Amino acid sequence: MYSWIWRTLPGGLPGKLFGSLVLLALLLLLLFTVVFPAVEPLLPFSDVTVDQALTDS
Amino acid sequence: MSDVVRTALRGLGQTLMTLGVIVLLFCVYELKVTGLVTAREQDRLGDDLRASWADPAPRPTGADPVPVSSDIGEGIAVLHVPALADYDPWVVVEGTSVADLKAGPGHIPGTALPGEVGNVVLSGHRTTYGAPFERFGDLQPGGLVVLETRDRWLTYTITGSQIVAPTAIEVTYPVPGEQGAVPTEQVLTLTTCHPKYSARQRLIVSATLTEDRDKADGPPAELEL
Repeated sequence: MYSWIWRTLPGGLPGKLFGSLVLLALLLLLLFTVVFPAVEPLLPFSDVTVDQALTDS
Repeated sequence: MSDVVRTALRGLGQTLMTLGVIVLLFCVYELKVTGLVTAREQDRLGDDLRASWADPAPRPTGADPVPVSSDIGEGIAVLHVPALADYDPWVVVEGTSVADLKAGPGHIPGTALPGEVGNVVLSGHRTTYGAPFERFGDLQPGGLVVLETRDRWLTYTITGSQIVAPTAIEVTYPVPGEQGAVPTEQVLTLTTCHPKYSARQRLIVSATLTEDRDKADGPPAELEL
C-alpha cells in the first residue's frame, strides 16, 4: 500500500515527499478530530461517578 | 505464486503496523490531547468564576451564609488539596455529565453545595482530561482538602477511603450510607474510577468539615497558595 502511494504521487522526489506529508497530516487530522473522539465513549476512562443513571441525562 | 504470497504477507504486515501506530496515537490523544481541552476549559471557568465572585451581588452576612448555586457546566468552587504536594487547584463545575467532566471535576447536582449541611459529592477523571483526581489513591486519613467558594474557605479532613462497585449510590446520600437519614454534618465525598484506566470499581474518598473560614480572614494556614 505504502509503496503504491509512493509510486502514484507525482512530482518527482520533492513532490512525493510533499504529497506524503500532506497525506500524513490529513490522516492525523482525521484521527484526532473525528475518529478518536468518536471511539472514546466506548472505552471506560470516563466512568468516574457512582450510578451513571443518576447523572447522565 | 510465491510473489502473491509475498505481496499478501507484506500487505498484512503493513496493515498491522499501521494499526499499532494508530493505537499508540490514540493513547497520546487520551493521555495528552484531552488534557489540553481541559486546560482551556479550566482557564475559561476560572475567569468566569473570579468575575462572578467579584460581582458586587448581595453578600450573605451572619453565621449562616447562603451557598451559591450555579447552572450546569459553570464553576461553583475551587478545589485545593494540601494533602497532595504540588497539587494545582481545580475549578469544580456543576454537573457530572461526560461534557461537564471534560471541563474539570464535577459536583453531582442535587447533592449538598459547599457550605450546606449534607454531603458534597465531587467526581473527577483519574487518567484523562487533565486527570484532576489522578493521585487520589494516595490520600490518607487526616489529610486536608479545601473548597474555596465565593465567601468561604471550607477545610475538610479526610476520614477514609474505600473501593466500591459503580452502583454504590449510597456514598452520595446526605448521610453517606444511610438512606433517608437527616444530615447534621457537612461532609465531602470524592469519587473517581478504580483501578486506573478501568471502570470496574470506584475509589471513594470521604472527608468531614473541620474548619469554616470567612473569605475575608484569608486562606487556611495549611494552604500554600
